[in-house]
Amino acid sequence: MDLTLKVWRQDGPQDAGRFETYSAESISEDMSFLEMLDVVNERLVEEGTEPIAFDSDCREGICGTCGLMIDGQAHGPQRATATCQLHMRSYRDGDEITIEPWRAAAFPIMKDLVVDRSPFDRIVEAGGFITAPTGSAPDANLIPVPKEDSDLAFEAAACIGCGACVAACPNGAAQLFTAAKLAHLNLLPQGQPERYQRTEAMVDEMESYFGSCTNHGECQAACPKDISIDFIALLNRDYGKAKFSGRRKRAD
Amino acid sequence: MQLDAKIPAGPIADKWDSHRFDVKLVNPANKRKFSVIVVGTGLAGASAAATLGELGYRVKAFTFHDSPRRAHSIAAQGGINAAKNYHNDGDSVFRLFYDTVKGGDYRSREANVYRLAQVSGEIIDQATAQGVPFAREYGGLLDNRSFGGAQVSRTFYARGQTGQQLLLGAYQAMARQVHEGSVDLHTKSEMLDLVTEGGRAVGIVTRDLGTGEISSHSAHAVVLATGGYSNAFFLSTNAKACNVSAIWRAHRKGALFANPCYTQIHPTCIPQSDDFQSKLTLMSESLRNDGRIWVPVEADDERPPNEIAEDERDYYLERRYPAFGNLVPRDVASRAAKGMIDAGLGIGPRRNGVYLDFATAIGRLGRDAIEAKYGNLFEMYANITGEDPYAVPMRIYPAPHYTMGGLWVDYNLMTTVPGLYAIGEANFSDHGANRLGASALMQGLADGYFVLPNTISDYLAPLLGVQPPPTDHPAFTQAVADVTGRVDGLLAVKGTRTVDWFHRQLGKILWDYCGMARNRAGLEKAISEIRALREEFQTDVRVLGGGETLNLSLERAGRVADFFELGELMCRDALYREESAGGHFREEHQTDEGEALRDDDRFAHVAAWGWNGPDRDPSLTVEQLQFEHVKLAQRSYK
Ligand SMILES: Cc1cc2nc3c(=O)[nH]c(=O)nc-3n(C[C@H](O)[C@H](O)[C@H](O)COP(=O)(O)OP(=O)(O)OC[C@H]3O[C@@H](n4cnc5c(N)ncnc54)[C@H](O)[C@@H]3O)c2cc1C
Repeated sequence: MDLTLKVWRQDGPQDAGRFETYSAESISEDMSFLEMLDVVNERLVEEGTEPIAFDSDCREGICGTCGLMIDGQAHGPQRATATCQLHMRSYRDGDEITIEPWRAAAFPIMKDLVVDRSPFDRIVEAGGFITAPTGSAPDANLIPVPKEDSDLAFEAAACIGCGACVAACPNGAAQLFTAAKLAHLNLLPQGQPERYQRTEAMVDEMESYFGSCTNHGECQAACPKDISIDFIALLNRDYGKAKFSGRRKRAD
Repeated sequence: MQLDAKIPAGPIADKWDSHRFDVKLVNPANKRKFSVIVVGTGLAGASAAATLGELGYRVKAFTFHDSPRRAHSIAAQGGINAAKNYHNDGDSVFRLFYDTVKGGDYRSREANVYRLAQVSGEIIDQATAQGVPFAREYGGLLDNRSFGGAQVSRTFYARGQTGQQLLLGAYQAMARQVHEGSVDLHTKSEMLDLVTEGGRAVGIVTRDLGTGEISSHSAHAVVLATGGYSNAFFLSTNAKACNVSAIWRAHRKGALFANPCYTQIHPTCIPQSDDFQSKLTLMSESLRNDGRIWVPVEADDERPPNEIAEDERDYYLERRYPAFGNLVPRDVASRAAKGMIDAGLGIGPRRNGVYLDFATAIGRLGRDAIEAKYGNLFEMYANITGEDPYAVPMRIYPAPHYTMGGLWVDYNLMTTVPGLYAIGEANFSDHGANRLGASALMQGLADGYFVLPNTISDYLAPLLGVQPPPTDHPAFTQAVADVTGRVDGLLAVKGTRTVDWFHRQLGKILWDYCGMARNRAGLEKAISEIRALREEFQTDVRVLGGGETLNLSLERAGRVADFFELGELMCRDALYREESAGGHFREEHQTDEGEALRDDDRFAHVAAWGWNGPDRDPSLTVEQLQFEHVKLAQRSYK
């Protein structure tokens, strides 16, 4: 199939940026979306044009490196699918496709379609862990964990940190990302001792970079791992408790 | 050069204990006087950086990724082995040790493997304490599955995302140390050279991938945890950015490279569908617990698989290896698949696959049970191929996946350059000529959590009070000049062909002549073709854009340049090793039944290669392997 691409090009963080139009010819439906861009890039280089910069790595939908706004949808039209797992059989000959980077105040554009998502790491550093220095762990079967709890924690832990939730949110909020990490750790017995301290630290850090959540639900719709916004309710509940007990402590 | 593996004396079960007693220690208050650079923050690097930080060392960690969570370890699917014997099915430290040495076709170092088995249980404890959501049974205890090359269930897993969950655990442990200030994390920083002074490793030179800035970092010791080199083949199951440059640069600075020809071709990957394919996707080995591999009995059978009757199918692994069946080790399964395809029995549009069929398991356990175990893998398969694996068998074919070779290290995981360590897939240590499934995660985490943090003090302790050279020392300025020269050189070629074009050509040469089967004539041809291609690359590669911004082509060009040199060494090593062992199959050396035939009299050793310059032959040093606990035997999985 032959396609027309409108692609966001931006030379660097300071550049204003613009759309450029390219044609993508003889694309097979078995190609992935990123392989289609690889083909376009090969041709651009042959013509002497700098290739389109875009991020990707595992190309199996698990590393969270890739992420494009495709026709205004984070990761494109297919539900619960990261950009790298989107295949060209979703398109028809003659289609025009608009490709942009994630757009969010907290994710500055570095070049073309590549953005800086480092605020996610700052949120994790603030408290997204269970303190368990190497060597101090008890036998793994000492604390049985009900299968349902562990499965639910797993579903939250499946977040790949791609940033689609932020890009899809009209407010550029990172609630789903933060809530997923909190739910993963706060649902497990191992995560209880630091539960409220963790919640407060991560949410406060999040708020220093990202917008606020006003329950649009776009994040869940864009999530390539189908992470549920129900986890945001858990975040809100734990954050409320954390603030309450924090106030009590200060009052004592 | 003489290689001293520093294997502790005494009975094998006591070696690690007595070694920990014998190593020099750095007292807690002095630890912060030592700085350690960790390059790579995958499972091995993140676990090492976290643990060294917890101990009190000043750690500087580097990754070229934008976040440590993106390391290739994230993609590991199936599981991690540990000799917990939670299932009371006869597992033990000795059995895990034995299976690993045998699985590696008797080409690994016994003492290292025994230690690996000894610490395996602690890894599961550690990960569980961090909140890694391993699969559990209804009673709330941990579940296990089986992997190839073993007859016990010792593989712990988190659905098909075990690597992701273990990496997040290690990353979060490291994030805690970043927060505490003991780990200084540099993302989007690619190490482009190792700096040595007076024969010791004292630092690295990096390029900031966002701004192009070249900078120097000095430390008392340098740890490389930079992963494997399967991407030399271009098409592999590894993430696109995986590369050999960090260890290759170290090799050029004096670190010996061991067994480069030991590469693992994984039997169950989705076959290539077109010529623009950018990578091959693994379907986890765990699928072989329930999937049955077959091809039609007749060549060129055009019928859809479900119309081919039972007696017209050849379940060739079950037929040839009744004891292990579909769960034979990877090298055996891959070669068997190649044999079928070479015999014209391949299936699929390109005749480049064999079937992996779940119909029997779905019939026995129900679709839901299969979905619960492998849901995400089935989904990934459906996404990529457009076929529904619940209804029709998967098509699979072998692909480059893992590299057992790597920098030579001693029992302390130190390379031949004092002060330089290699951990995880970057070293050669524990898997011999073939790695068993679910053992890479185990080894990476063993190295990072439990081994290196206990051995590094032996090197550091005598350096108390000694400062590493400052970054304006000539050793650093020279390395910076070299790196800058290389970067500028790549930009200056202004040739006609893209980096990927060269990489694909190199990959094809390696796959054809240094892939699943190798022979003398082919390897000699490969060496001369690689040399010619390398020369062409130097005069005809086209890297557009500048060095002072994000420039993905430039990054790739530097990596491909190193792959050329490595590729040649892989072929040389394969040529030298006139035997078949594990993943290294020399057609001249096989049994009547086509199985790998080792030559223990001549080759029961590690081949460690030294760099002498791009156009000079490498020098060879061998480490003789001693087998005192596992009897050398022809591997049999029948
Ligand atoms: C698809 C797939 C599935 C797998 N499944 C399993 C499994 O189920 N069980 C199992 O045991 N094993 C499995 N493996 C193997 C296992 O995942 C790897 O061997 C292991 O994760 C490697 O870990 P590592 O820490 O050594 O390296 P990696 O995870 O590759 O990390 C390398 C790190 O080094 C950094 N780096 C590299 N070069 C540089 C440089 N020059 N400068 C700065 N940073 C650098 C990278 O940024 C990264 O942080 C699988 C592998 C693949 C490909």
